[in-house]
Amino acid sequence: MQRTDYLIIGASHAALSALQTLRMHDAEGAVTMVTRDATLPYSPTVLPYVVSGRSSPERVFLRDDDYFRKQNVDFVRGAPVERVAAESNTVRLAGGRELAYAKLLVASGARPVIPPIPGLDRVRFHVLRTLDDALGLRDALAGARRAVVLGAGLVGMHAAENLAKAGADVTIVEMQQHVLPGYFDADAAAIIGEAFAAKGVRLHMGAQVVRVLPAAPGCQVVLDSGDWLDCDLLVVGVGVAPVTDFLAGSGVDTDRGVLVDDRMRSSVQNVWAAGDVAQARGFYDGAKTLNGILPDAVEQGRIAGMAMAGDPGLKPYPGGIPLNTYTFFGQQAVSVGVHGDGVAGAEVVRSVDVEHGRYLKIVLDRNRLLGIFGINVAFDPGVMWELILRRIDLTRVRERFLHAPQEAARVVMSQTWR
Amino acid sequence: MPGAYNTIAFDAAQCDGCNACMTACAQVTAGSDDIAHSRIRIVADDTAFELAMCRQCGDPKCVDNCPAAALAKNETTGVIDWDESKCVDCLLCTVGCAYGGIVYNPLAGHVVKCDLCAGDPACVKACNGRALRYVTTSRIYNEVGQLEDLFVPGLAGCQGCNTELIMRHTLRRIGPDTVLATPPGCIPGMGSVGYNGLTGTKVPVFHPLLTNTASMLAGVKRHYKRLGREVHAVALAGDGGTSDVGFQSLSGAAERGEQILFICVDNEGYMNTGMQRSSCTPYGAWTSTTPVGERGHGKTQDAKNLPVLMMMHNCAYVATASTGFMEDLYAKLDQAIEASRHGFAYLHIYSPCTTGWRFPSQDNIEVARMAVETNFVLLWEFDPAAGLRLTRSVDEPLPLSRYLEAQGKYRHLSPEQIAHIEAGVAKQAAFIKRLAHEEAPARYSTAQ
Repeated sequence: MQRTDYLIIGASHAALSALQTLRMHDAEGAVTMVTRDATLPYSPTVLPYVVSGRSSPERVFLRDDDYFRKQNVDFVRGAPVERVAAESNTVRLAGGRELAYAKLLVASGARPVIPPIPGLDRVRFHVLRTLDDALGLRDALAGARRAVVLGAGLVGMHAAENLAKAGADVTIVEMQQHVLPGYFDADAAAIIGEAFAAKGVRLHMGAQVVRVLPAAPGCQVVLDSGDWLDCDLLVVGVGVAPVTDFLAGSGVDTDRGVLVDDRMRSSVQNVWAAGDVAQARGFYDGAKTLNGILPDAVEQGRIAGMAMAGDPGLKPYPGGIPLNTYTFFGQQAVSVGVHGDGVAGAEVVRSVDVEHGRYLKIVLDRNRLLGIFGINVAFDPGVMWELILRRIDLTRVRERFLHAPQEAARVVMSQTWR
Repeated sequence: MPGAYNTIAFDAAQCDGCNACMTACAQVTAGSDDIAHSRIRIVADDTAFELAMCRQCGDPKCVDNCPAAALAKNETTGVIDWDESKCVDCLLCTVGCAYGGIVYNPLAGHVVKCDLCAGDPACVKACNGRALRYVTTSRIYNEVGQLEDLFVPGLAGCQGCNTELIMRHTLRRIGPDTVLATPPGCIPGMGSVGYNGLTGTKVPVFHPLLTNTASMLAGVKRHYKRLGREVHAVALAGDGGTSDVGFQSLSGAAERGEQILFICVDNEGYMNTGMQRSSCTPYGAWTSTTPVGERGHGKTQDAKNLPVLMMMHNCAYVATASTGFMEDLYAKLDQAIEASRHGFAYLHIYSPCTTGWRFPSQDNIEVARMAVETNFVLLWEFDPAAGLRLTRSVDEPLPLSRYLEAQGKYRHLSPEQIAHIEAGVAKQAAFIKRLAHEEAPARYSTAQ
């Protein structure tokens, strides 16, 4: 049986980031990285752009073979993990090959949730999580005339935009009351929704699909209102769930994802987890939560890599903060932090300019930033993230910050952590 | 892959908010005078001007956050390169940057970031010369990092002393084909001549008398020449051994044009033996032999300007240097090594003494820097063909009081003594600048 000092399951942002930091501290240890994909590493985040044709699939890879050679990493592609046996420190890959490890990182990511809608299993639909998914959807785009997108999250919204640009007649169906509910409030979502409506995309908010029926050449989507939508292309983008099935019986505690501490260590001594699969402490309330966003995957991977290698420079995870960037029809939406719901004393300052599609919302708690949300308003999300993490008192620059957050935050940045 | 890269440094205290850097950047990057295009952003507070721009991080989060492989650290230049053909405008790089260094520019329709203008940054050239600097010291790190350290580990200098730095850097640069003389002083005192029959260097080292360093070294060099071996004959001496008792042999060797490199590490006194005054100790300074009390008020004579005396020997090369300005020091070291192949080379390095000058051990480099920026010492070089040239001309010196107040040895100074020192500094600056055919400042200003 092949033995390795470090075994990394997964090859996207968390896994690559962990590899990078562990190699900085341990240049010698044997590292094996296994991925279910047959390709070089790529990011799920780039896939909407592969669908649209903006990114050519052969140019999206985050690393090449030469990188793995230089880092002395055994990179095993096309090898889904079937089972982790933590008691014997071994992993079985599909096909039966077994690997023994000293330390294991689970960075297996997430996979699309398929909602339990009657009839969905009998029609053809698209999801978007792998490069193959993206190529399939890209090819289907050309022939699509009428498309239905289930879910108004980032995957659904990107798919809808791509379909609209390709000339299809698009309808989005979302259970929540507005688009991108995880990141934006109703007012901001309205601006985003408007941009889609202006391009002819129909939005069915607060609607549930009760049944899907085959109807050549596609299917018929029946809503709880009794309405139905005929389509020749169906995209399901209602969310993702961590890939943890191979951990069943391993002794690694899971809830919605793999439960980890602030060093990304799981309940098992020599098993760590990072990225979309990990359920780590939230910054605001301390509860363990899934924070399935790319920058946090990078952060968690960095910490996991340092922890696994025993790097004394490790600083524990400060807690996850929801944040994202979203570009749609050439416009920019950025969200950093939380809206302050349920925080006593949280102060919300908003300016909404529907006509120009500009929106800015700043949430403060005793002059410390809780969250900032903007559409077509310039600010540096990375600087805001630090302001929140460092709990910086903005009393001195408060008015300037509310009026011109980018400039004021940059001054604070330059004075505080230049 | 180099270990260090050149970078743009910003000194907020020196920025006057003129925006010339931003205009220059906009012109270079977008052919526009609109500073909205600038990739360097000066941001104003009530009290100060601050900077937002790409730091070209060694561990760049923008790169890690890019889902499209559009950003990468260029291993040759150190710049974070942005590939427009791969970028998908997702803005996740801006989430990774805590410095406002990669930013969506609505005028351009994509993110923009500093690319250091391929090593010739326009913003730095447009600056008043103080707030923005293009720091190229990485060259030293990359080159010297490959060279062998020719001293043993664990030299026993005082805490905060910069002489170990001078010793290790100079000998690394000069190389292993060297015979080294270290006359009595701090340099042998901290262990370069060794203990118990073992030397503290990986090259032959000897411990001459204070009086005969240059003449012994001249003989050693001539001996090797006769054997047909090309070696560097190098002295690392203190200012006492150079300017006082060692001066006769030094002057003779210089006058004869002996092919040696004499490096004087000037810490303004006999610091190794208990901080006695030397002829390089400045006026007013406390030393153990120029005490401060009821009658004594520090040294009552001005320092001898030893490097000027050496220049008057018409040596092949003479220069002054400071550990506050290592690039300058290295450039001069290179010149001095080269000159010593055909004549006498003299390098005078100003070296603040943490113990004898009475300042906190972490301030050594800062004191060295202030000595230059107040014009207390001047950095110049000389060769017979080109004459004297200032390598770091300070036209608007910092107030001398800042330099004096940084050191305990000047704590007792009376206003009259300070006036004497200020007048001496102004006179010396004017004198050197005249030698350099530079216009002397109209008056020595003590204003900020």
